[in-house]
Amino acid sequence: MTAVTARRAALALSGIALITLPIWVGNPYYINVASQILLFAIFALALNVLVGYGGLVSLGHAGLFAMAGYTGALILQAGHGHFVADLAAVLVTVAASAVFGILALRSTGIGFLMITLALGQIVWGIAYRWASLTNGDNGVNVSSRPAPFGFSLAGADSFYFATLAVFVVALVTMALFVRSPFGASLRGARDQSRRMNALGYNVWLIRFLAFLFSGFWTGVAGLLFIYYNQFVSPQVAALTTSAEVLLMVISGGTATLLGPIAGAAIVVIMKNVVSAYVVRWNMVLGIIFVAIITFMPEGLVPGSVRFWKMGWQAWRRRGAVAPTAKLGERAP
Amino acid sequence: MTALGVKGLDKSFGGLRVTSNVTFDVEPGERRLIIGPNGAGKTTLFNLITGELAPDAGSIVLNGQDITRVPSRRRPHLGLARTYQIITLFARDTILRNVTLALLGLSKLRWDPFIDLDRQHHLIEAAQAALARVGLDHIADRPLSQTSYGERRRVEIAMALAQNPSVLLLDEPFAGLSIDERRDVQQLLLAIPRDVTIVMIEHNMDVALEFAERITLLHFGEVIVEGSRAEVVSDPRTREVYLGH
Repeated sequence: MTAVTARRAALALSGIALITLPIWVGNPYYINVASQILLFAIFALALNVLVGYGGLVSLGHAGLFAMAGYTGALILQAGHGHFVADLAAVLVTVAASAVFGILALRSTGIGFLMITLALGQIVWGIAYRWASLTNGDNGVNVSSRPAPFGFSLAGADSFYFATLAVFVVALVTMALFVRSPFGASLRGARDQSRRMNALGYNVWLIRFLAFLFSGFWTGVAGLLFIYYNQFVSPQVAALTTSAEVLLMVISGGTATLLGPIAGAAIVVIMKNVVSAYVVRWNMVLGIIFVAIITFMPEGLVPGSVRFWKMGWQAWRRRGAVAPTAKLGERAP
Repeated sequence: MTALGVKGLDKSFGGLRVTSNVTFDVEPGERRLIIGPNGAGKTTLFNLITGELAPDAGSIVLNGQDITRVPSRRRPHLGLARTYQIITLFARDTILRNVTLALLGLSKLRWDPFIDLDRQHHLIEAAQAALARVGLDHIADRPLSQTSYGERRRVEIAMALAQNPSVLLLDEPFAGLSIDERRDVQQLLLAIPRDVTIVMIEHNMDVALEFAERITLLHFGEVIVEGSRAEVVSDPRTREVYLGH
């Protein structure tokens, strides 16, 4: 079986598993956990555009995530429909991404990280302190989930399928992006920005557009999040949310498509499933991260691939050595 | 019309003046050598010409167009390409992808987020052709990390040539090469057609003198000697500050 065939088979099996998940999981609680994994995977994939492919580590994406949530929730609360709320939420998030990008891309490295951190904290501060708009610590409720084409998303199953559909679109878009000339340009700007400039690329604009693309999908994930919880509060914009999603990306494997998804699965399962059985689940999560960084510094997905190849090569070597040893025994 | 004209170029870093009233013209098709001791301002001069540094005073003209205020990223689109003294390539990619990136830099396709780069056959074929010019087409799919220093030097040159420049700036293309590699690169440079004007910085005088038609000697950021190969080599100032007695 060639690598391409194996990949296609794995993709088909994953697709079947995801589509049939509500049937074999059954329990609505776990279906909701799966929805959370998918929506956080979209968020992590969006952040990975900057962190993995752009080499720009952002600690302010929770601000954009929350901005989509608050915009959607406030517009719904004002009596508008879901379509208007969703459209406005995405537009506001992309516009905010543009502001974030213009300010943060004055720098790279630590400078970029600190500016995005500050911008994220500003959003958190507004959400927390501008109580007349955001209702402060009490947050904003979302009274209902949308019903696109008459298909109600109120139940766990239907919401899961809607999230899965958005996730598939996000994943396909990211896969196209990664293989595209623009994706290659972004990686080039990450690796050798000076060289890219000398080759005729506008490095700043490439990074800015990547920031907008990342912001767009962060906004989409933020919308799914408020529809999932039917509530948004300042906690969504907090630094811990940004750090958590960054951990998803780094632990799963930056600059890969599967890495952020694996990272999202680990964090969400630890928070929602393991926490029911282990009081100090945070400690367990910490140990998992330390183990990943120690044994697979490149991340869980690329690290697992490396271990698999090492094991496969060792197995083949053993297979090749065995007949030689037998020949050696006969030699005298 | 000169291919490259530099007039009264000044650049200081704080109190340190690195180029001072540098003026010279390079004719189309010419092979110009820039020499000078370490710290003479040669690479700074290249950085000023490519726009990586902004001059304090003076002007730069490329094929009759004043490019002094043109952003550095636009200059390759006007026909200016360069290589670096310290090899600056994309180590995670293959040789072919490195050259494809050079081609993509001048193509509008670079903004396209939805097509598959590996299926842009015209780009891939052009990159293969550029690699064939430097004798690396047979290892095009090799990761850059698995190549020798000499091969990387040739990749740098292939990337510059792939952009089909009218003026090519080569910053010490023979630095760090073995004798065999040096001979290969020398043959490669001699084979570049005359529609490409070449300005080269080089310390290795054996290979550089064979290549150069005119030479500019920089010392403490100033042009102190300029002329034909014979004129510059025989000038006592060249011997005093650079070649030795």
